[in-house]
Amino acid sequence: MNARALVSATACALALLTPAGCAKPYDYTNFREHRPRSILVLPPVNESRESDAAWSYQSTVTRPLAERGYYVFPVAVVDRLMKDNGVPPGKVAEILGADAVLYVTLEEYGTKHQVLNAATIVKLRARLVDTRSGLLLWERRFAVQHNSNVGSGGNFGDSTEAAHDLSGRANVRLFGDTDQGLLYGPYHPRYGKE
Amino acid sequence: MGSLRGTAIAGPWLCVLLLGCSTPTLYSWGHYEERIYASYLAPGAVSPEKQVEELEQDYQKARAENKRMPPGFHAYLGSIYLELGKIDQARDELEAEKAEFPESAAFVDRLLASLRKP
Repeated sequence: MNARALVSATACALALLTPAGCAKPYDYTNFREHRPRSILVLPPVNESRESDAAWSYQSTVTRPLAERGYYVFPVAVVDRLMKDNGVPPGKVAEILGADAVLYVTLEEYGTKHQVLNAATIVKLRARLVDTRSGLLLWERRFAVQHNSNVGSGGNFGDSTEAAHDLSGRANVRLFGDTDQGLLYGPYHPRYGKE
Repeated sequence: MGSLRGTAIAGPWLCVLLLGCSTPTLYSWGHYEERIYASYLAPGAVSPEKQVEELEQDYQKARAENKRMPPGFHAYLGSIYLELGKIDQARDELEAEKAEFPESAAFVDRLLASLRKP
């Protein structure tokens, strides 16, 4: 195996842990009946061992959601507003006029170093809930792993940093995968054409 | 070795599949995401003045390219102007957020109301 192939393999070894290929399409009945225009992303619940995981993840979620066509409330400004005014998370969507709330639980977030390689994993559960009715619009359990070969100059960097880089790409797939992701939002040219 | 070779061959093609068909983005993102991340990880590492400069440059660049700023950008920039005590600029940015994205109206009105308080 030549060096170039090894580097390519390392750089692109994105292994999907969820069996997306054989999964049934998501049932979008509730989603179609309560199509949200705006989404509030609440700070994720962190079950991983990385203490910075919640905010790291939180800062990678806006772009893929917005590029999917939704209005996404600015996470940093909302965070400050909640803290300054003591708004409980259960009330914030109603107060801000958010159509739906995205709840995320981070199950794993970081890098596991083994003898010959390092595996960076982002594994999570996400639920989108309609603010007015409380109905579940969408949910998904999702994991992405990136393997880098230590011998070929793989990632020796900070664990959260590596997961942070992977997290943005994970979210593009989480929301964007056909039949499993979110339907397009109103700012996307393909809104309502699915 | 077989599976390893398989990965080596599939790797570049997987890259093509994942990156090859990139569609144009809806928004011009500039430094917005970086700023959000840094505001928590290293607050104070970049001064509010510097952040304003950077974000205003992003905005000018996007305007020149006829691209929109993403949801939340103007509200975030407004919050930094507020930090600097520049109330008029803060208000202008919040109004811009509402004009660009009417979904933000209740949120922005709440922030505007807090500006009016002494």
